[in-house]
Amino acid sequence: MKKLRVFAFPYLIWMVVFIVVPLLMVAYFAFTDSSGAFTLDNVADAGQYTNIFVRSIWLAVIATVVCLIIAYPLAFLLSRMKKHHQGTMLMIVMLPMWMNFLLRTRAWVTLLGNTGVINSILGVFGLDSVKMLNTEGAVVLGMVYNYLPYMILPLYSVMVKIDKSVLEAASDLGCNSVKTLFKVVVPLSLPGIMSGITMVFVPAISTFIISRMLGGGSNLLIGDLIEMQFLGNAYNPHLGAAISLVLMVIILLIMTIMNQFDPDDQVLM
Amino acid sequence: MDIKRITSAAASLLLCAGLLCSCSGSDNTEAESTEAEETEAQTLTVEDIEYYTRFQNDNLSINVFNWGEYISTGADEGTLNVNAEFTKLTGIKVNYTTYASNEDLYSKLKNGGASYDVVIPSDYMISKMINEDMIQPIDLENVPNFKYIMDNFKNPAYDPENLYSVPYTWGTVGIIYNTTQIDVPEEEIDWDILWDSTYADQILMFDNPRDAFAIAEIMEGFSINTENGDELIIASERLKEQKSVVQAYVMDEIFDKMASGDAWIAPYYAGDALTILEENEDLAFVVPESGTNLFVDAMCIPVGAKQKEAAEMYINFMCEPDIAFANIDYICYSTPHTAAFDMLDEETQNDPVSYPNDDYIAENTTVFVNLSNEANAKMQELWTEMKSAQPEGSNQWIVPVFLALCIAATIAILIRRYIKNKKDIF
Repeated sequence: MKKLRVFAFPYLIWMVVFIVVPLLMVAYFAFTDSSGAFTLDNVADAGQYTNIFVRSIWLAVIATVVCLIIAYPLAFLLSRMKKHHQGTMLMIVMLPMWMNFLLRTRAWVTLLGNTGVINSILGVFGLDSVKMLNTEGAVVLGMVYNYLPYMILPLYSVMVKIDKSVLEAASDLGCNSVKTLFKVVVPLSLPGIMSGITMVFVPAISTFIISRMLGGGSNLLIGDLIEMQFLGNAYNPHLGAAISLVLMVIILLIMTIMNQFDPDDQVLM
Repeated sequence: MDIKRITSAAASLLLCAGLLCSCSGSDNTEAESTEAEETEAQTLTVEDIEYYTRFQNDNLSINVFNWGEYISTGADEGTLNVNAEFTKLTGIKVNYTTYASNEDLYSKLKNGGASYDVVIPSDYMISKMINEDMIQPIDLENVPNFKYIMDNFKNPAYDPENLYSVPYTWGTVGIIYNTTQIDVPEEEIDWDILWDSTYADQILMFDNPRDAFAIAEIMEGFSINTENGDELIIASERLKEQKSVVQAYVMDEIFDKMASGDAWIAPYYAGDALTILEENEDLAFVVPESGTNLFVDAMCIPVGAKQKEAAEMYINFMCEPDIAFANIDYICYSTPHTAAFDMLDEETQNDPVSYPNDDYIAENTTVFVNLSNEANAKMQELWTEMKSAQPEGSNQWIVPVFLALCIAATIAILIRRYIKNKKDIF
């Protein structure tokens, strides 16, 4: 066993070079000004964007909840299907991920636009066109559409391990189906729920391209703000680093809260 | 679900195809119209062959960093592949890469890492780079073709002694609008149409503070290079008023949205606007009487360029009449090059959009110069504030309540676990 540790070295080096060092650099930039002197101004300045932080959290939470609501029953049904049907269904779930992320998001622009596909169809039935693009709803839709597979897959992989006999035992002992769901299936699938939430929430809160494309530039999220500091007119990497530091702290906090729900004290970050 | 996925997949496929067609399509028409008369011009002749063959056997290569779609690539028949011609003539290899915005270019140069020999930033970025010692003086002795540059583009405000830059293209900012939806005579269209609530939700706006503020500043009668904090605040107030009628803040997406009729009015750069106009006949472009921004993109050599002389040679090559014409013919922007201008057909030469008359330029246009760091930071702050402001009537209390609930739930769970753990011990 001890000898096997050698094999962990490649990742260890990877981790130090590409994870630890960059994190330290972000921290360094966040707490220095352009001359390199220590300052807390950047972090303080990040405070003026509170409403953007709040909006990002809010939209990411909605997207995560919607994903969970859609994915949970689907994952359960999927796990109860015949084996070969499961494979096909899983492939269909994965199918959109084969296509480029940008393209998938871009497709929604054509679907939701004022003269887009959906509004044209509404027009055929004589209905007024609805403003769908460039709203917060469109941003949430984009998040749900793009990150749904990340919710389905962990849920499915946990649920498929729930033995059929466990469910039978529950009904033998007098549980109705609702009770079986809440007393047996949900507790057993908790780890899947947790990792699903993590895998949807974290990318959703830090996305910038979805809000840019579907939010019309007036629904700024934290990701957009950071992008503006590094590639935008502002070019202030110090403020950008401070904002991303705040974002990391927010995610850390929320993940800690989420982990409290987990019975096994597993670290899922 | 399946159907949705298929439709969206199909939509995106169609979209790609559409984009591809439109990119090549727009240039085709341009090329075809001129091809018949100008086939001769599209073959290369240079004045001084010896100047170009100096490094023939040195096996040099230069790194050129330019805007996307901003050079003649020879993709259409009858046009020149400028970079290939340069290599053929001089034996110097060209590593050609592109960027999307001045800021993109700035951060790439600032972060170091890559070294470029020729870059083509816009006016205000050039003065910023001069101030920060990021570009170096060009030896105009080595760029004899500088003589072709029109006099009014020499010694510009962003580079007063013309030490650092050789102009490549220029243009103005104007308004593209859909004539089927907007029934206003052309001469009455001014910037305030972008604030007109009758067209609410059909208006697009620049998604970059410098261009957006310039429009507001022109309307308020301020200089577009103002550094006065109060004036900036007034301009940002104006932009805030506009927010309720703006459909989206976008840059390149203006192409799609205007061409497809998704939006009716948008400000944009003249050269790109002409490309959009070719796609949708209902669109028209007007440069408002009240004034506008005149932008110039010019070739510069960054500090740290490895092949300065080869870079100067490339810049000189870009100013060869044939090459300058090939480029301008391909990208539809306006040229500061006298010989290339003379080669254009008369219609283009007299086009008030591409080449407004000198009086208009002198009186109504202003070139951006770089703002001080404070003014830039202020503008950025106001811009972010404007964009992130909550629309009125949205529920402000939902989030605090939600956060409070989250915290309450956490505490409840912690307490429950604590009690449970205690029970387990006994």
